[in-house]
Amino acid sequence: MKKVIVAIIVVVVCSMSFTFEGGGKIPIVTIKNLDGSKVSTSTFTNNGKPIIISFWATWCKPCKKELDNILDDYADWQKETGVKIIAVSIDDARTMPKVVTDVKSKGWPYEVYIDDNQDFKRAMNVNVVPHVFIVDGNGEIVWTHNSYAEGDEIKLYENIKRLIKGEKLEH
Amino acid sequence: MFSQLKDIVESIHGNFQVDAQYYNKDTSIGAPIVPQKVLSNGFGNINYIRGNFSAGIRYESYNPVMQGFDPRYQGSGIPYRYARYKIRNLDITAGNFYEQFGSGLILRVYEERGLLYDNTIDGFRAIYSPYKGITIKGLIGHQRTFFTTSPGVVRAGDIDININELFDSALVNKKTKVTIGGSFVSKYQANQSPTLNQPENVGCGGGRLNINRGGFNMYGEYAYKINDPSYINKYSFKNGQGAYVSTSYAASGFSIMLAGKYVDNMSYRSDRDQTLNAAMINYMPALTKYHTYLMAAYYPYATQPNGEMAAQGELQYKFKKGSPIGGKYGMEIALNGSMAYGIDSSNIAPKNDTRQYHYVVKSFSPGQKYFHDFNIEINKKFTKKLKGTFLYSNQFYNKSIVQFNTPVQEYPNIKTNIFVLDVTYKYKPTSSIRFEGQTMQTMQDKGSWVVGMVEWTPSSNFFAAILDQYNYGNADPGKRYHYYLATVGFIRDAMRITLSYGKQRAGIFCVGGVCRTIPASDGLAMTISTSF
Repeated sequence: MKKVIVAIIVVVVCSMSFTFEGGGKIPIVTIKNLDGSKVSTSTFTNNGKPIIISFWATWCKPCKKELDNILDDYADWQKETGVKIIAVSIDDARTMPKVVTDVKSKGWPYEVYIDDNQDFKRAMNVNVVPHVFIVDGNGEIVWTHNSYAEGDEIKLYENIKRLIKGEKLEH
Repeated sequence: MFSQLKDIVESIHGNFQVDAQYYNKDTSIGAPIVPQKVLSNGFGNINYIRGNFSAGIRYESYNPVMQGFDPRYQGSGIPYRYARYKIRNLDITAGNFYEQFGSGLILRVYEERGLLYDNTIDGFRAIYSPYKGITIKGLIGHQRTFFTTSPGVVRAGDIDININELFDSALVNKKTKVTIGGSFVSKYQANQSPTLNQPENVGCGGGRLNINRGGFNMYGEYAYKINDPSYINKYSFKNGQGAYVSTSYAASGFSIMLAGKYVDNMSYRSDRDQTLNAAMINYMPALTKYHTYLMAAYYPYATQPNGEMAAQGELQYKFKKGSPIGGKYGMEIALNGSMAYGIDSSNIAPKNDTRQYHYVVKSFSPGQKYFHDFNIEINKKFTKKLKGTFLYSNQFYNKSIVQFNTPVQEYPNIKTNIFVLDVTYKYKPTSSIRFEGQTMQTMQDKGSWVVGMVEWTPSSNFFAAILDQYNYGNADPGKRYHYYLATVGFIRDAMRITLSYGKQRAGIFCVGGVCRTIPASDGLAMTISTSF
């Protein structure tokens, strides 16, 4: 048991010292929009302004908390930085009809897509939701974060502001 | 020439996860003894992308596989590797791929790593768009079963037509959007039975329709399968059919959703003798609320592929900010209900024949009751710092059918009342404490439970939680156990490390439409996951 604990500590310390170095361009995958039409991720654009891609699901409580909390400030974020949120649901046939009802009844103004066989999730190497990415004006993935804790949206937005000013992003 | 080369985007990325558990000996809670003491599951994906070309592999390793997963996962290997190329409107894959036609009623090839579910096809796939709005898919190959492939070969084709895009000069700006589709799947497996004249080629075909107008959406799909005797349907030669319909209407702050499903003999696998979750070609998820609170998810329902009628309805309403009920921050309420029954069928006596039917469907009406749940969920923000969720759920669970697939009532039906209170207090803008209190009241099975949890999240990089599940209502006073579990987690970028120590009760864990049963355990568990 002692050996196991020591091994774990070593692994934890080593792995926490790695930092995300940027993830290249958004992979091109076909997903669906809310009216059932196919859309290619190559059409994701925000006229040179940053994009936040948030992977979520109707059954994922922290995912919905994050998107709800962002909603409170989203109008300000857009006014100040022009950032756009793309919320990608990974709901499959079981819960897919709930995507549109959740989005509308919550009044989310985000661009929402459905990745029902998780092709985009796989291409973006997402293990579990919630998972957010920041994509810069050139379409490069520059920041990523897995899971959601209350207040994470503050850090997310600070990084968007840093990105616009050309400063280094915080992890 | 050079500028063209410069435009080619090249990248290598992937992800990685390892789960390991050290098992203490704890026979009191019924934890099986693990002679190796440490068990682990792990995988790593590496993908290479260069312009329109991509290729990748996934390495998996089970040393040996952890408790609660299919023990046929044994050893290490590369069960997933592919090369894919897109040239104009043609997209081809050689090797492994995932695919879904419509909702998956006929074919869904996917993975759910949390359950170690992976039915990827190893073969060829082509996706072709001959004209705007039209997508044609064709595929052939063998499905993965653990570190080998299933004996049956799967051949399939699908066409998807977006009517608005196809006739864009006349329809593209119309408010009504229509998509139609059709698929055909066939599997071949040699007849090995000395007594039955088993069909070697089994075809399944179907069609689907999606209509969207403003906040209204309707989706319908139907599938028909020819005779397909298998272990799951007790080698019945009866044809199968399945239908699924869902409609929804959503406006700002309000939504309603209704869905229905009919399934008769629709288990469809590329190996007729397979069991559990292996070699499944199609996907038929349960039409019930996807519960995530421990007690509400204690008795999860799974679609009965041999015969089921099910329906679900949901109503959501958001009381606006500033309204008398909504208060300063608004309030959300969701009412949800679902039920599932068997189909109205009767057994027929076996004849001296190599093609046995076993049963006939008498009428299009519900048979034996399998499951129901009725749920009320309220989400409310009280102040800037305090918010909470309340859930009430009433459930009915036919244990004999859902867990043991026997229509004879060997176990009493389980009736439960579940209450959950989940409160988050934000003591600093980026720090919070969350409390969860849950109880499940029942007279059947292991009796009533009470659950308490405290989760502390001082920053986005760290959390710690303590959970206790107490089976206080067990009819046997000697089995009224506490299941304590402490968890800590570290998160940085895409990296996530969690450690937990304590006892975990036996249970059924489901993601999507697939479930696995987990035995009780006691010990130290670790998960490391990251992506790059």
